[in-house]
Amino acid sequence: MPKTLGMRCRECGEEYPLSPIHVCELCFGPLEVIMNWEEIAPRVSRKSIQAGPPSMWRYHDLLPVEGPPCVGHNVGFTPLVKAERLGKKLGLNNLYIKNDAVNHPTLSFKDRVVATALTKAREFGFDTVACASTGNLANSVAAHAAEGGFKAYIFIPSDLEQGKVLGTLVYGANVLAVKGNYDEVNRLCAEAGGKYGWAFVNITLRPYYGDGSKTFGYEIAEQLGWRAPDHIVVPCAGGSLISKIYKGLNEMNRLGLLENGVPTRMYAAQATGCSPITTAIQTNAEVFRPQKPNTIAKSIAIGNPADGYVAMDTVRKSAGWAADVTDDEVIEGIKLLGSTEGIFTETAGGVTVMVTKKLAEQGRFGADDLVVIAITGNGLKTQEAVQGHLGAPVLIQPNLDALDQALQTDKLLQVV
Amino acid sequence: MAISVLIPTPLRKFTNNQEAVQASPGSVATLLAELEANFPGMEARLIGPDGELRRFVNIYVNEEDIRFLQGLQTPIADGDSISIVPAIAGG
Ligand SMILES: Cc1ncc(COP(=O)(O)O)c(C=O)c1O
Ligand SMILES: [Zn+2]
Repeated sequence: MPKTLGMRCRECGEEYPLSPIHVCELCFGPLEVIMNWEEIAPRVSRKSIQAGPPSMWRYHDLLPVEGPPCVGHNVGFTPLVKAERLGKKLGLNNLYIKNDAVNHPTLSFKDRVVATALTKAREFGFDTVACASTGNLANSVAAHAAEGGFKAYIFIPSDLEQGKVLGTLVYGANVLAVKGNYDEVNRLCAEAGGKYGWAFVNITLRPYYGDGSKTFGYEIAEQLGWRAPDHIVVPCAGGSLISKIYKGLNEMNRLGLLENGVPTRMYAAQATGCSPITTAIQTNAEVFRPQKPNTIAKSIAIGNPADGYVAMDTVRKSAGWAADVTDDEVIEGIKLLGSTEGIFTETAGGVTVMVTKKLAEQGRFGADDLVVIAITGNGLKTQEAVQGHLGAPVLIQPNLDALDQALQTDKLLQVV
Repeated sequence: MAISVLIPTPLRKFTNNQEAVQASPGSVATLLAELEANFPGMEARLIGPDGELRRFVNIYVNEEDIRFLQGLQTPIADGDSISIVPAIAGG
């Protein structure tokens, strides 16, 4: 029996056979894969998962692909780090960082969604993949396409950080830099749609792509000793990741894998310069208003989030909340995480750290609550953001006098 | 000059698989009524029971989201290009 039975519209419930379509014909709502839980549940246990590889594929039974992975065998199972020093700063005694800044191979959580989507792309028989991306998805699709021998067409906004552009080109992908913001890139790709017979990872394969993010949630719970945390703070762009983490925790609970049910409250983090989701939540609005992004947090600068409503539902259902932070705070957040935990995150991580700080100051967490910050991308890719904000090396001649003299100056090290 | 309307894949059943169709000047609202007259059933896919654009549908007039313009009252003139696009994920 197959693991996946079909697809269902999240908005109106209409069902469809498994195929590379992504929206409901009746209402344009997002489609989700219907898993065959009767088939899957009996064979999944803590033991069966622990017997799997140290990667996201230890949860293969719970992912919407039939066969083994065709690419990305080593994606996932990233460290869950107890953040003692950052915790002290924020007044949190049980703070953890889920660190996808070191995800293999392209240093962001997007490797999870791409490994899932390209495995499905091969199952559907595609030989060419594509995506519209704010950078991280671009890197990951290009890398996994190279690994799997797919042709790749990558669409990015033309003002992306150098690291994200180079980190796409190096894999030999065709890169199209579109003069416009991400929402315009997305529109173009939607219009191109099926025209060229490519599998757009975030369009054609969206239902499969999205579910790859569930593994971020599975791993947090397994790494905490099969417990769901009290709070998770997640950066939001299109709004998919936050809902899939929550979906993952609830699936584990239904399978009887968790100690404590799912007490988890989900918190959305955005940059003030692109905050359609967090604004809607903070103002208790029914609908979100699309925005024209203006922030250095480019990876999460999506003004018209396709899963915005899903993200809002997730936050509300879980009794969580939302906050946004300015670009100055984003830089401060990157430095704070670096100087307290030795983890260099990109702009999205700066957002998430500072939103966590803000929520802590609002008194939303108990001091002993278990709080997890989702760090989803790597700082080496967005160096422009902190360039000029970190001080500079102290230049000296190679002799002891020069060293002695330099050590007198107050340019050197204040320890945080 | 003609007004062209780009039809997304999920609606091409109505247009006999045509990717684009022509329309007359007016507003987005009159455009939707015209589409309904030519391709019965199409309007209900785009407009919800509350009379508003469904929340997962985006309509662009000359590459601008009508939510940033005047919504369903956004004017459409000769030479404009309209595109109807489902919301899509990304990042
Ligand atoms: C580093 C990083 N974090 C978070 C996100 C948000 O993901 P989603 O679009 O699922 O909300 C993205 C999306 O591109 C990202 O690149
Ligand atoms: Zn539907």
